[in-house]
Formats: sequence, C-alpha cells, structure tokens
Amino acid sequence: MELISALLVQLMQMMLVLWAAPLLTGFVRKVKARLQRRQGPPILQPYRDILRLLKKEVVVANNASWIFRVAPYLIFAATWVAAALVPTFAKGLLFSWSADLIAIIALLASARFFLALAGMDIGTAFGGIGSSREMMIASLAEPAMLLVVFTMALVARSTQLSAVADLLASSGVGLRVSLGLAMVGLIIVAIAENGRIPVDNPATHLELTMVHEAMVLEYSGRHLAMIELAAAVKLLLYVSLIGCIFVPWTLAAPGGSTASHLAGFGAYIAKLALFGFLLAVFETAIAKMRVFRLPDFVGGALMLGLLGTLLLFASRSL
Amino acid sequence: MTHGLTFDVAHLLAGGLVLVSFLMITQHRLYALLNAFALQAVLLALSVAWQANLQHAPHLYVTALIALLFKAVIVPVGLHRIIQRLGIHREIETVIGSGTTMLAGMGLVALSMTVMLKVTPTADPLAREDLAFALSVVLLGLLMMVSRRNAVSQVVGFMSLENGLVLAGTGARGMPLVVEISVAFSILIAFFVIGVFLFRIRERFDTVDVQALDRFRGERR
Amino acid sequence: MSVVAFLMLCAAALLGVALLAMAASHARAATALVYGASLAICIVGTALSIAALTGRAGAATRLILPLGVPWIGAHFAIDSLSAFFLAVVNIGGAAASLYGLGYGTHEDEPHRVLPFFPAFLAGMNLVVLADDAFSYLLSWEFMSLASWALVIAHHRDAENRRAGFVYLIMASVGTLALLLAFGLLAGPDGHYDFEAIRLGARAPLTSALVLVLVLIGAGSKAGLVPLHAWLPLAHPAAPSHVSALMSGVMTKVAIYAFIRIVFDLAGALPWWSGALLLAVGSLSAVLGVLQALMQDDTKRLLACSTIENIGIIFIGLGLALAFRADGVAAAAALAMTAALLHVLNHSFFKSLLFFGAGAVLTATGDRNMDRLGGLIHRMPVTSFLFLAGCMAISALPPLNGFVSEWLTFQAVLQSPDLPQWALKVMVPAAGGLLALAAALAGAAFVKTFGITFLGRPRSTEAANAKEVDRFSLSAMTLLALLCLIAGIVPGFIMDAVAPITRNLAGAALPLQSKLPWLTIVPSFESGSSYNGLLIFLFIAFSSLLAVWAIHRFASHAIRRAPAWDCGFPDPSPATQYSGSGFAQPIRRVFLTRTPATREQLSMPAPGDMRAARFTLTIADPLWDWLYQPFVSAVEIAALQLNKLQFLTIRRYLSLVFLSLVSLLLVLAIWS
Repeated sequence: MELISALLVQLMQMMLVLWAAPLLTGFVRKVKARLQRRQGPPILQPYRDILRLLKKEVVVANNASWIFRVAPYLIFAATWVAAALVPTFAKGLLFSWSADLIAIIALLASARFFLALAGMDIGTAFGGIGSSREMMIASLAEPAMLLVVFTMALVARSTQLSAVADLLASSGVGLRVSLGLAMVGLIIVAIAENGRIPVDNPATHLELTMVHEAMVLEYSGRHLAMIELAAAVKLLLYVSLIGCIFVPWTLAAPGGSTASHLAGFGAYIAKLALFGFLLAVFETAIAKMRVFRLPDFVGGALMLGLLGTLLLFASRSL
Repeated sequence: MTHGLTFDVAHLLAGGLVLVSFLMITQHRLYALLNAFALQAVLLALSVAWQANLQHAPHLYVTALIALLFKAVIVPVGLHRIIQRLGIHREIETVIGSGTTMLAGMGLVALSMTVMLKVTPTADPLAREDLAFALSVVLLGLLMMVSRRNAVSQVVGFMSLENGLVLAGTGARGMPLVVEISVAFSILIAFFVIGVFLFRIRERFDTVDVQALDRFRGERR
Repeated sequence: MSVVAFLMLCAAALLGVALLAMAASHARAATALVYGASLAICIVGTALSIAALTGRAGAATRLILPLGVPWIGAHFAIDSLSAFFLAVVNIGGAAASLYGLGYGTHEDEPHRVLPFFPAFLAGMNLVVLADDAFSYLLSWEFMSLASWALVIAHHRDAENRRAGFVYLIMASVGTLALLLAFGLLAGPDGHYDFEAIRLGARAPLTSALVLVLVLIGAGSKAGLVPLHAWLPLAHPAAPSHVSALMSGVMTKVAIYAFIRIVFDLAGALPWWSGALLLAVGSLSAVLGVLQALMQDDTKRLLACSTIENIGIIFIGLGLALAFRADGVAAAAALAMTAALLHVLNHSFFKSLLFFGAGAVLTATGDRNMDRLGGLIHRMPVTSFLFLAGCMAISALPPLNGFVSEWLTFQAVLQSPDLPQWALKVMVPAAGGLLALAAALAGAAFVKTFGITFLGRPRSTEAANAKEVDRFSLSAMTLLALLCLIAGIVPGFIMDAVAPITRNLAGAALPLQSKLPWLTIVPSFESGSSYNGLLIFLFIAFSSLLAVWAIHRFASHAIRRAPAWDCGFPDPSPATQYSGSGFAQPIRRVFLTRTPATREQLSMPAPGDMRAARFTLTIADPLWDWLYQPFVSAVEIAALQLNKLQFLTIRRYLSLVFLSLVSLLLVLAIWS
C-alpha cells in the first residue's frame, strides 16, 4: 500500500511539473506586462501557444539531419526527468535516490548539449552564434551551480535533495553565511540558465540579441512546441529548487497523510506565485547586459559558490 | 552551530559586508561605486547597532549613527557633487582585469580566513569568523586602492578599509573609546578627500577651475 | 601454468608477430595477419587479466625468469592492480587491432607501422607485469621506442619529424627520472625487486624525492602540466589507431607506474604530497581543456583533451594520498576508486574518439575541422558512434564519463575533515577547477562534433566522403557499447576494483553490486546515490511517452524547404561558424590576458578593395617560459663542456689525478 501511494506521489509530481510549467511562464509574463503598464497576454496563453504549434506543419531545412528531428524529444525528456526529481510538494520521492543534485545538473547539461548541436545542424551563422554563446555562458554557469551544490551538500553532508531539504527544514541550521551566499549564487545561475534578463531576453524573438532563440531559429511546429515546453519546465525546475532548499518547511514527508500533501501542494503554488512575481519585478527593474559583461555577472556567481565552499571547509574544524 | 538566532544575524551582517566589498571591487562606474559604498555603510551601521544590542553597550549606537549619517549619506552625496562639479571622468580604469581582480579578492578572503583562524585557537568560533570577515573587508579595501587608477575609487577604498576596522573593533567586546575613534576617523577622511582633490587638480593644471579642464579635454559638457 | 606465465606467453607471442612483420611486411596479407594475430592475443590477454582481477585465477602470481642481470633475474608478477591495468591495456589493444584491420589497409608504408604495433603492445604488457626495477625500466624504454617508431612512421611530413624528436627527448628525460627514482628506492644495498623495496624503510626526504622524480618521470609520459608539451605534437602524428593507443592506453600505463611506485613501493608519504598532486592535477585539467578548445585539428584537440582527463585522474589520486596520510581509509578508497574508474572510462571513450577521427581522415583526407562539415549525411554510422564518444567524454548521464566524475566530486565533498590548512584552501579550489574543466569539455566536444559532422560541407572532400569499412565501425561500436555498459552498471567495476583499494588505501567501498536496482552508494553515512540504469530507463520512458503523445495529438505534416536563416540564406558554406569562431567567446573570457593568444586584424580603409585579414596565433606559453630557457641552458652548458674535447694531454692527466684524489678524500672523510 505504501508503495502504491509513493508511486502515486511520484507520478503526480511528474504530471504537476508538466502542467504547471506553462502556467508559471504565463504568470511571469502577465506580471511583467502589468508592471510595464500594458494589458499583457492572458495567463493561459502559453497553453494556447503550445496547442497551436502542435497542430502546425513542421518545415525542416533541406540539409537537416536526424539530430535536428530527434533533439527536441531528447531535450524535453532530459529536462522533464530532472524536474521530476526535484521535490515540489512532497519530499522523499520514490525515485529520488536514483539521481542527486549533481546528476540533475548533468541532465540539464545533456539537454543543453543537444540544443547546441541542433543549433549547429543546419549550418547557418545564427545557429552558430546561439550555440557558441550558450556554451560560453554554460562554461561559467555550470561550475557556479556545482559550487553552490557543494556548499549545500557540505551543510547537509549529502548531495541527495531530500536529505538537503530535510536538514534545512530542521532547526539545527540557523542562518548561515554560506547558505546566504549560495542563495545569491543560485539565483544568478537560475537567471543565466533560463535566459532571463539581464542575460538574455525571453520576450523578443530577435535573433541577434538572443542566445536561446538563435539556436532554435529553424524549428517550427511540434518540435518548437516541445522545446518551448522544455524551457518552461526548466524555469519551473529552478524555481522549485530554490523553493525546496530555501523554503523547505512546507514539504510533505513521505508516507504522510493526504492533508499534509494537500497543504504541501497549496504551499507550492504559493511559492511559485511569489517567486514568479519576484522574477517579474527583477526583470522589469534591470536592463539586459552586453554579452561580454556576462562573464563578470556569472563569474560573480562562481566566486560566491567558491567563497561559500571555502567558508564551510574552514569552519568544519571549529 | 548551536548559537542562537542573534549571533547568526550578526554573522550574516558581517558576511554581507564582505559581499558588498566584492561588489565594490567589480564596479566599473563611479556612481554605482558610490551607491555600493553607501550600502556598505548602511550594513555597517546595522551591524554595529546589532552589536550594541547584543553587548548592551549603548555607546555603540552613537557609532552606528555616525556611520549611517556620515558614511551612508554625507560622504556619498558630497563625493557625487564633487565629481559633477569638477567633471571627473566617470569610468574607473583598472590596472588588472575584472576576472583577475575577483580571483585576487578570493585569494585575499582565503588568506584572511587562514590567518585569523590559525592565530586565535581558543576564542569563540563565531567571533573568530567575524574577525576573519573584518580582515577580509580591510584587505579588499586595500585591493581596491591598489588596483584602480581613479582618485575617487582610491578614497572609497580607504573608507571601506576603515569600515572593516570598525567592524573588527565593535565585534570584540568592550573596546573603549569607539565613538571617539569613529569621529576622529571621519574628520580624517573628510580632510583626506578634500586634500586629495585639491592637490591633484592643482598639481595637474595649476588651477582648480573647471573651464580649464573642459578646454583640456577638448569638449564641452 | 600460472596466469603470469600465460600472460608472459602472450607478450612473447606479440614480440614474435612483430619479428614476423619485420620480415614479411610487404606481403599482401601482412596487414590482416598482423592485426588479426594481435587481436587474438589481446583477447586472450583480456580474458586472463579479468580472471586474475576477479580472483578466479590460481594462487601462483610470480614468475622469475633467468634473463637479464645475473644476480637479480627478471621478476614478473600479477596482483589486483596489475590485473586491472592489464585489462585496460588489452581491451585497448584489441580494439585498436580490430580497427587496424580496416584502417591499416590505407597505410602507404606498412613496413614502418606493422612491425612496431605488436611490439608496442608487448612493451605495455611487460611494463605492467614487471616486478623488479630492471625489467620494468627495460620494458618502459622498449614501449617508448616502439611508440616513437610509430610516431615517425609518416616521416615525410616535417611536423611529424619534429614531433618525434620532441617525444624522444621527453621520453628520455622521463626514463632518467624513473631510473633515479628506482635508484633511491633500491637504497644503498641495491635491492631492486619490488618485494624487497616494499619492505625497505626510507627517510622522509628520500620518499619526497622519489615522489618528485616519479611525478616527472611518469607524469611526463601521462601528460601532466608542465611536462605536457609533447602530447599535442606526438599523439596526432602517429596513425590513428596508434594515437588511440598512446592517448588511451599508454598514458594509463604511466598512471600505473605512478600508482605502483607512490602508493605501493614508496611507503608512507606526508600530507603535502596529496596537495602537490591536487595542484598539478587541477592545473592540467583546466589548461588541457582550454588548449583543446583553441585547436582546429581534430586529433590535436583530442590529445589536449587527454591532458585534461589525466588531470582529473590525478585530482582523484591526490585526494586518495591526502586521505591516506590522515588515516581516513574509507574516503581514500572512494578517491582511488574514482581515479581508477576514470582510467578505464577514459581509455574507452578516448580510443573511440580517435577511431572516429581516423575514420574521418580516411574518408576525407583532412584533419582540420574548418575544411569538413556535413559528414553526418555521408558517414551516418561513424557520426553516431562519434556522438556517443562526445557524450561520454562530456560526462553526460547515463554514460560512463559521468560516473567517474560523480565519484570524484563525492570524494571532494568528503574532504572538509582533512585537518591541514593548505588542503582546506586547495581542495575547494581544485573542486572549482574540476567543475570548470568539465563544463569546458562539454563546450569543446560540442564544437568538435558540430563543426566536423554537422552543418554544410566546407570542401569538396567533405562533400564526397564515404563511410569507412566494417572493421573500423565494429571497433567503434564495441567501444561505444562498453561506454554505455560502464555507465549503466558501474557497480560491478567498482567491486572489481575493491581489492586494489584494500591493498593500497587500506579500505574498500561497500559492496555495490548487491544494492537494490544496481545503484551505487559510495558511503552509507552520506547516502548520496546514483543509479545509471534508472536514469537511462527514465529518459527512454519520457522520450517514448513524448513521441507517443505527439504522434497521437499533434499534426504529422512535415515539409522540406531551404533553411530559413532569418530570411537571408547564403549558399556559401563559409558563412557558417568555423571552429575558432565557435571558441572565440570562451577564448575572450578566459585567455585574453595571457600572452598565449594574439589577434591581429588588418582592415582596409573605406574604398580600398583589398580583403581584410584576421590572424590568430595561439601558442602554449609554457614553451617560452619553461622549455625554451631549459633548452638554452642545456645548449650553453653543452658549449662550455665542449671545451673538454680540446684539452692537452697534461690537462687530461690532471683531470684523472684530481678525480682520484677527491674520491680518496670522500672515502677518508665519510667511511
């Protein structure tokens, strides 16, 4: 019986991640529009966009290879699996022991690998720009993320997300400087990896200002729908990660009652709304950076992660 | 750590000071640097006020107030006016690149942690870490003074160094005459700032007149 | 007969094949015979070494042959460490032989390659089997010379000749260092067999000197910074299957030498030895991958990437040394397991990548990726297998590269309990550098695969490429399958490696293969776990679910059309990204201030019809800072010493007289 309920919780998590992702994107867009004194698209517009794209014909370049057609599925699958392993409303998921934080980062790296390859597949200059800039940002953002993970793993003595959430929810931790540094670092990495302002502009579809858009320039129809959905799921993953680690008290324990799960679910929706609102405010308040100022920005996250790790190494013997 | 929330907040504020020092050494624009310095002064004031609360030492409130008024308000606003009036170049030229500066800053933090934690083996762990943070702020201020070609940023670096010293002083319990020392430091800084500017500009152009500067640069502002 | 004897027979058989090849290399079937025989012998060798590793062989593990120095003989032995590295050598050798069956038929001068290939394999096997200093050094030199002969096989190219020259010098320096190290280990009584060395006691200064000497000797062969400069020159110069052996297997033999001497023979070492290895390893990792990113020649890029992976292995070994010096055996076992697993994994995927580069070279005649492109349409199987290799080396789950990097990260996370302050500062820095190297490796291999295989062909050779023969493809398929298996079920390999860590680090990881669902859990207190099989199944399930959902609910229409390219399509393939263009943002972020890269742009004035010219010069700064001054010093010393050739007889006599007097003085004072 416990196995059935655990399996049910894991399945619900997977479905929730998929269905809530376009909602978060739509919510952020709506808040940004309101802050800019526009009406903005309705919150459910991303769902309509995906359905519309699914029904359209796919136009593929003459020299596209099988990588171009297979990549959207692989990108979507890797991002979805990674997101399904980050606790949203309940911790101690059934398969959480199969991948820890480092494996989640590596899954996102796989998705990025295939996206970059798909950008280079047709052999246009735009795809090349997108791929090369994406790999530049990734070469700084991924180590920054790993060092942030190290900081959290050193506090929690484990890289397993459920263990990290458990320890941070308990009272033994207090407000630690390393965790503060890790939080700032994680936020910077989340902005860089999801292509939000000031790293990349998700709202326009101009190719030269984009990193993500330039890579997917040639995609259309159902392939583009999968890639957009994958991008939305990635944003949800990062928001869930920040919520799970820094606001861990509302996660339902494994084997808990239905009431605790429902309470966890409600708290999760509230977390999504709060972080989405904060993201929209941040994006509206700041301007996009020049591409070659990005290494300073993301490099700052790397330094913060390194500083947090260093502090924890030094204070372990005290 | 088994300390209560109060000690954690003090620790967090000290860490915030280090973070803002890092932010300061990576700024390329003068006005942004002044804003960051004002933020650092506000954090210092908060930290000193919290220490006043913890140690039940009311004279530290005065230090906090001095820090807030003088360093968070008067000095940034004053420097802002001076920059505008004398038409000083608003981009900060650096001697070493920003990546190297950040790495050097990391190395300095690592060094101050190593030194401080080795030299004080018997003290309370949280106090030792606070002292390490204070030394980091001092060293980062020195780094800023050494790696910038701009007079204003050197002055700001000096003041940031002094912030680190105040943090160290208030962190240790029962240091006397903190208020008097703070006032003395502040007057010293005021004279320093004025002196630096008058001296430099007079030495370069034999005049402090802004018109001369404009003619020299060949443009009108 | 014992396992050792059988393995010695295999080595002897390889030498026999080499002799036969020397005699009959112009025969038509020579290529097939030589590579076929090597393949068979290597398969036997693999089976024997795996049997020895898993403990299924008999008890007798030593063999003493009456060859060589009379009062020592030639000792050969096998223990768990040798068995593991023998398996690595023989699997690599078998794959290279299988590949050579197809690739070797394109060789212009087979008499320069065929005799030395089995000799090279024999040399590597003998090095791992050797149990005393003399047979060890003899086999080491034999291996170096055989590989040197293979490096200058294509001697008509001046670059290859220079590469051979540099390689010979570096190999000699390395052997000299190892000679001195063994001299110090053997001690004043001259006990040269390993059993006696293991039992001997040494002053700490001697052990430190041995460590530095082995770092120079074995490290230069493995490609550690700063002794790495020969690798990007020599590895690409050899034929591709030999490059795979050099990068994938010979560097591992050097690592075997290092582990054998430092962990087994030298006894207890101080903690700073771990710190030294960490520093050297992390520097190699980052510098290697940055150099790889700047290369346009595929094989040179792969050689620089080898430097990076050797750095990762040394980070693991350094952590193992530091933990062992502090007595934390479980963490030492974890670090050592991570390093050993990366040895195996790297040999698999680096060989696979070199085989792919060789296939491209055969099909197009070109190594420079700026003249390739679009090969995925012309060589579909090769490109798929090369993609698998790129994914493995970029440490993407569920392949094997991720497992060893994950284990290394777990070892780094166990390090805060190390008490020394220098380690407390260095380990986070090493962890950060390791993470940086991993991310940059991903970028390097996106560049390699993307520019070489994707896009549009940049030359007619690339447009007319043909798929290579079955033997090459089967060798690559075999290695790709091994990468997948090692990634999905790493628990078995970790258990096979456990006896090694028990001997050298003092403890072993808990039994992995009995854990549910084949997860790996390196330490039960932290509870961090990883399950490659489940991740693979998850990804497969999710993608199949997505495919089904799309098939069911979305439109199926698909149409081919010219590329959109924002409405500005350009028929010239020169408008797509080149290799150096792809790496330019990363070069700008990491390398602008070093003197290593220099950009020169000459733009014509408006109205001038001359073409603009952009020149990018990339050099290894260590050549000018380290190697050149050293070479100049040697030249100056040689010039001075040359004066000894022209002395008078009286002067020669006085030299003899002075040396005799000083030796007598030494005897008088210190006896």
